[in-house]
Amino acid sequence: MNPFIEVENLSFVYEDESDKIPALHNVNLKINAGEYVAVIGRNGSGKSTFAKLLNMIHEPSCGKIIVDGCDITDKNISDEELFDIRRRVGMVFQNPDNQLVATIVEDDVAFGPENLGLPSDEIRRRVDGALKTVGMENFSRHEPARLSGGQKQRIAIAGIIAMLPECIIFDESTAMLDPIGRRDIVSMMEKLNREMGITVITITHYMNEAVRADRVIVFNNGEVVADGTPDEIYSNKKLITDAGLDLPQCAALAQELRKNGIELDGACITPDKCAEAILRALSKKEVRDE
Amino acid sequence: MKSVAMGQYYAAESPIHRLDARTKVVLAILYIVLSFVCTNVLSFALLLVSGIFVILMSCVPIKIVLRALKPIIIIIIITAFINIFMTTGESLLFEWKFIKIYKEGLFNAAFMAVRIIIMIIGASIFLTYTTTPIDLTDAIERLLLPLKKIRVPVHEFAMMMTIALRFIPTLVDETDKIMSAQKARGVDFESGGLIKKAKALIPILIPLFVSSFRRADELATAMESRCYHGGNGRTKMTVTHLRAADLFAFFLMTALGASIVIFNILNIGYTM
Repeated sequence: MNPFIEVENLSFVYEDESDKIPALHNVNLKINAGEYVAVIGRNGSGKSTFAKLLNMIHEPSCGKIIVDGCDITDKNISDEELFDIRRRVGMVFQNPDNQLVATIVEDDVAFGPENLGLPSDEIRRRVDGALKTVGMENFSRHEPARLSGGQKQRIAIAGIIAMLPECIIFDESTAMLDPIGRRDIVSMMEKLNREMGITVITITHYMNEAVRADRVIVFNNGEVVADGTPDEIYSNKKLITDAGLDLPQCAALAQELRKNGIELDGACITPDKCAEAILRALSKKEVRDE
Repeated sequence: MKSVAMGQYYAAESPIHRLDARTKVVLAILYIVLSFVCTNVLSFALLLVSGIFVILMSCVPIKIVLRALKPIIIIIIITAFINIFMTTGESLLFEWKFIKIYKEGLFNAAFMAVRIIIMIIGASIFLTYTTTPIDLTDAIERLLLPLKKIRVPVHEFAMMMTIALRFIPTLVDETDKIMSAQKARGVDFESGGLIKKAKALIPILIPLFVSSFRRADELATAMESRCYHGGNGRTKMTVTHLRAADLFAFFLMTALGASIVIFNILNIGYTM
């Protein structure tokens, strides 16, 4: 199977910066259709820049990005091809206020499909469907300004879903939300990926969100320093600290327990897995004590 | 906050509210034009009576409509005074030193005042009170669409209006936040004279401007990644069509115009 997104030797330098240190340097990646990928890294590691390159909001300084067989970095790419890529690779941004265009929720969700030039009844159908998917169908005539951050972000997601994308990139979409809003959006990501088969790429600096993905890619200083399952990544403490990141709380707990001579099996990166491992260790200990 | 984003819209279910926004824009223009066609007492009276009829039909309380007149009372008074003292005519009513008041002057003053009142009533009852700003923007975009042929960026103007309306509550919120932040740092907004108060606004305006530019930049990125590429090839989710009621409204307005012209020709009462 061909990968959905293929990145080759990708480099990017911000032109307005005087020091010319590349924000991304020689990145090579393949992301398959239907994957749920978390991209993590500290501030300035290049993870957000990477996201903005994937639908050509920034143009790379050198290297290639191939989306489903189409080279989007090609200078001769037609506008139609570019719009098609932007439709298929949707993007949800950090600040929910700065991505909603219209004064009424359903008009905002309709914005994308309207840009695609779809017939009115098709737009209506997609808007209703998208609002239902994000559970905001009762708010269709509301003003976005009167919704909470999490609700606004769900509207932004609906606006992308209405364009029927194959991949959605979340560019730190949970960073400005309260814990409840954040939980909502993360379960939305899971739903989109598991139930609708949409490829999800989430850029985040919350480790607890990253552990829920199928695959974690770690950026540091504009380079990919690790790429693997959450279990693999978070078992490697040196890697995580070198990248300037923290372990998820339960992984840190497991680490401390191991240090104190308690034998835990598995990676213990989610609360459930960690609790099970502790339970197993306890019952083993009981057996030995008897 | 609602009052800002919704303008002066008065939510109600009335025949006027239900008219297509385009119809209302045209009716408002026609109504205002008719006030300039009127030349005698009878035609002015007819126009005013029909205006009151529309207000009653729209379910907007007269009190609220009169509120729209408040800011321009001073203009009405000044216009009336100028007309009273500047008009010369045949029947002199009052003379004191250089001040001469003629009967024509009084009538003209009354006519001008009624004209201004009709303009305000026309614009407010057909547009601001019964049409949401967003419907109004859409209507103006569709009415001006022919101008696109001569390269007037109609869609762009409409989009700018929409975004401005969308961001008014956001920016009001932000202003509140910045004000609180500056108050916490000891900026005094309340005391002092006009100049001092104006100066105190600088630490609010600068952060507001800076953040607006950042917002604009992010919004542009978000719009671009949602395939926005101007008005070409763009469709709309809700397309309104003119209904029988709209045609009937046009018919009534034409009938009103015709009667006013007839009254003008009949020349009943004082003529301007």
